[in-house]
Parts: sequence; C-alpha cells; structure tokens
Amino acid sequence: MYVVIAGGGKVGVNLAKELLAKGFEVTLIEQRRDRYTVLEDVLEHAVQYGDATEMWVLERAGVLRADLVVAVTGDDEDNIIICQMAREKYMCERIVARVNNPNNVEHFELLGIRPYVSATNMILRLIEHEVPNFGFVHLLELADDKLEIIEVEIASGSPADGQRVSDVALPEGSLIISVLREDGGLVPTAETVLTAGEEVLVVLSPGLETQVAGIFTGTQS
Amino acid sequence: MFVLVTGAGRVGAAVARQALEGGHTVSVLDKDALSHERLDQGMETTWEESGGRFTVGAALETSALIAAGIEQADVFVAATGGDNTNLVVAQIAEKRFGVSRVITRVLDPARAEWYGQRGGIETICGTRGAIDMVSSSIVTSKAGD
Repeated sequence: MYVVIAGGGKVGVNLAKELLAKGFEVTLIEQRRDRYTVLEDVLEHAVQYGDATEMWVLERAGVLRADLVVAVTGDDEDNIIICQMAREKYMCERIVARVNNPNNVEHFELLGIRPYVSATNMILRLIEHEVPNFGFVHLLELADDKLEIIEVEIASGSPADGQRVSDVALPEGSLIISVLREDGGLVPTAETVLTAGEEVLVVLSPGLETQVAGIFTGTQS
Repeated sequence: MFVLVTGAGRVGAAVARQALEGGHTVSVLDKDALSHERLDQGMETTWEESGGRFTVGAALETSALIAAGIEQADVFVAATGGDNTNLVVAQIAEKRFGVSRVITRVLDPARAEWYGQRGGIETICGTRGAIDMVSSSIVTSKAGD
C-alpha cells in the first residue's frame, strides 16, 4: 500500500510516522524549505520538497502508483485541487482531504471531494454531545441520503410532554423512531405516551433539527 | 452584460476598468479594501462614480460572492493571486451559480492546460504566453545574427 501525503504540518507528519510504523510505503510532500529541512532529519527519504499542487511534484512523488492520496495542507483550495488532480488526472481512487475552515465544507461537497475531515466540526459535535444546552445531539448523518438522526430530551411542559406519539405535531419529514427510558429503549407505537425526562431519537431531513427539537425542549426556534 | 471580477490585482483591476469602459455592468470582489485604489487609477472619476461596484470579501466566501452579485453575473473572472483559489472559485461560479462564461487566470501552465481541457471553465495562462514570446524572440534574434 502506497500513500502520498500532501502537507508536512503536524497532521501530515504524524500521519506519515504512524503509517510508516504500520509498514506502509509513504511519501510526504512539504513546500516550505525550512520545514522540509526539519522533516528530512526525521523522515529521511520519505519526504520530498515541493508544492503538491504542481503536477510534476505529484508525479515525482509517484502519484500514478499511489493507492491513497491524503491532502492535509493548511489551505483548503490546495487540498481540493490536489484531490481533484489525484482522482481525475492520476486515477487514484482513494483520497482523503482535510478541511481547515468549516465554511469551506460546502465547496468540498459541491466538487465531490470526499471523504473530508474537519477537525473544527468534529470538536463541535463532541461539544454538542457533552453540553446539553444545544437541546439536541446529532447521532448520525447520512449526507448522501439527506437524512439524519438526532437525540433530544423531553422537557417538562414542552409540547410533547404527556402526549401520545400520534398526537405530537411533528413536521413532515421527521419521525420518532425510539424512546429511551430509564429501564431501556423501545420502538414506540402511535399509542406510546411521552413523558418529561425521557429521550427520543428522531429521524429527520436536514434543516428540521431546530424546529423538531423545539417540540421536545419547549424552546421556540 | 454583468461582469464579476474576483481579485483587483494588476490583471483583475485592468480587466474590470476595460469592461466598464466597454459599457458593461462591472462588480469587483477583493479581500483587501485598499485594492480599490487600483480601480480608480487612470480614471477621471472614482470607480463608483463611474458606475462600478466594489465588495470587500474573500473569493471563497459564498456570502461575499452573493453580495458581489454572482447570481446575476453573465461573466465571471477569477483573477486573485492564487492559482488554486482561482480554480476553486471558478468551479463554484460554474457549478453552483451556473455562470455561463467563467474565465480563470492560472499562472502554472500545466494546471491551466489540464483544467482548460477538463471543461466548464476557461483558463488563461499569462506564463504560457510569456514563455512563447520569449522563446520566439530568441529564435528571431538568432536568425538575425
């Protein structure tokens, strides 16, 4: 397995070290001369100097026989271009891209640069999970299918508190799929009564989160 | 026609001024507010007084592109200082906003050629032009010896 990594920052270097330790063949590309000199001491021949958005640099690194190209530079536009060329020009089927600025996620999506990893968004998700102030927690996102599952606690006095599932006025495109009680979870029927303190799992179309969560938390969007 | 130019550098600013003089509606987007000065150069009145639009914002910010009028643009010119920024924002203009004519400045001849052939966006490579001109000058001077 041969992996080409573009970008010798902390992420790229540690990734290279881990993969080398696992027995992979790795080439790391770093464009800053001073940084490259530092990396050469550690990674020796596994690091090359150059701008990974230049075709000859990618070709010299052996992109044509790479099984995987990982673009983890500090510039989102560079990561997009590297992945586009790797996939379409050099026919590398597997790519992984790093998103530095979460606002750029929409551009990665638009141009089909997937999978991508956004550290900021991942940390934000963890915070949502740890801090219940957000009202709901994203459990699962099926971006391709435009569906997601959220978990939300029923607050006392909220519109859903004391209601039967069939009487909860959920918007079209959302559905209660589980009720989590102290003695375990269950798949509700139309007759199941919801009580404050319980948690529900709701499957919904993206965009409905706040509206749906409000029905269980009692806060208006 | 409505022409949107991102990047008011030497190329972008000159292209914007010429388009405005040619009677087009022209909007310029640049992340540096001071780049506006380049638009005023050589004009009798300021850029806005001449009818030009100017928005401060980064090319990859969708809200900035919309504020600069990308939804109305017939022609989109990507002329920031970065090849990869230009290539990405040009594809956004073409794919997301459906701008019919997208022209991208790319300094690297290899990327300009490949993305030009790939379709959707048009690439202009000044470096390629310079290489060809210098090369042919050398040939001509040899012939003159």
